[in-house]
Amino acid sequence: MEDLSFHHQARTRAGGTRQMAIIGVVASGNLEVLAERVLPETECLLEIKTAAEGFGEVWDAVVADFVERYSPGGLKFSINDGGARPDTVSLRLAQAVRLMAEDEQ
Amino acid sequence: MSIAELEKPSVEQARATSFYEASARARVRLLLDPGSFVEFIGPEKREVSPHLKLFDLPEQFDDGIIVGHGRLAGSPVFIAAQEGRFMGGAFGEVHGAKLVGLLRAAKELKSIPVLILFDTGGVRLQEANAGELAIAEIMRAVIEARTAGVKVIGLIGGRSGCYGGGGLIAGCCSALAVSEQGRIAVSGPEVIETNRGVEEFDSRDRALVWRTMGGKHRRLIGGADLFADDTVQAFREAALELLETTAGFGIDTLNAEQSRLEDRLQRFGACRDAVDIWVAEGVPDAGSVPALPADQFIELADKVRRIARDAR
Repeated sequence: MEDLSFHHQARTRAGGTRQMAIIGVVASGNLEVLAERVLPETECLLEIKTAAEGFGEVWDAVVADFVERYSPGGLKFSINDGGARPDTVSLRLAQAVRLMAEDEQ
Repeated sequence: MSIAELEKPSVEQARATSFYEASARARVRLLLDPGSFVEFIGPEKREVSPHLKLFDLPEQFDDGIIVGHGRLAGSPVFIAAQEGRFMGGAFGEVHGAKLVGLLRAAKELKSIPVLILFDTGGVRLQEANAGELAIAEIMRAVIEARTAGVKVIGLIGGRSGCYGGGGLIAGCCSALAVSEQGRIAVSGPEVIETNRGVEEFDSRDRALVWRTMGGKHRRLIGGADLFADDTVQAFREAALELLETTAGFGIDTLNAEQSRLEDRLQRFGACRDAVDIWVAEGVPDAGSVPALPADQFIELADKVRRIARDAR
């Protein structure tokens, strides 16, 4: 297992008022993303535990692209990864932001 | 048009989702009345397995089981759902403790039934002792809850089926509903083949696996009380029907269950294959059962086997 952490400044606060959302499962080629609205409005933090070691640079690129596209200000993302491909990671992160923008349930 | 602008599906449309394909969270959300689910020890609590780290394996924030309460057609229920894709839905220490806690809460309150959405291969091998203890504690908690007057209903239709200790717990429930995909057994196909040889059970013979452990056979021999089509809606309706029709629990129930099992052993003990059992049960054209669509199978099963309401 490898632990990674990425801290970004976001342009704007993430939409919605929901405090917490979770998407995905931890399985081979899949991951779960827990999003929590716990940070100042322009901060964004991603904490990753991944089963696939040595892919820090790929994560760095995927995370930077995600923050640029979705500006998830105020959100902390905690990720348990079962070795997902970058496209699956991007999809789950986008789903998490979208869930946070929806009403509660 | 952005994705967010697409029209959201209605509750009815959403409930037509395959139960087998849905995640545990989707099953709980869609099975219960909309917006009614409240989770205990949710993922934000990060109550993860204390053992997986030692094996350098990834954790899941809910340890593969969701527990909480909600409403089913307006009435309160407790609910637990296993996520069959995380470590095969297997029972570990935390996973098991969450279900034990839920059942004990139900026992205290006496009046609120429990739905267990099984999706499990059994005990998690990496935490075997803790997992085996969890199975024993859950079985005890199910029986204690039932003794206190709580109905414990098992719903089985997930990709991991209901195997190992999960099969034992299912056997302790007040009633079970199963879909064709929801296999119920203790030893799985590979385990039997490994221990008894390929002549005893060929685990690669999928047709054999389905007709021996699949939902249709479980319904026909009385192991499951209802057969459900593979949609969340069908499982919701099955849960409501079982809550309505399941009788109380006492020594008479256990005696009736003992007679039911003795009778089953006597009638079918010499059968070599599930098809032989169906023939002995008087199923017309028994060989065609595996290919029957759900609605036709339910009609057949209702004709062939009345459910023994006094047993379990």
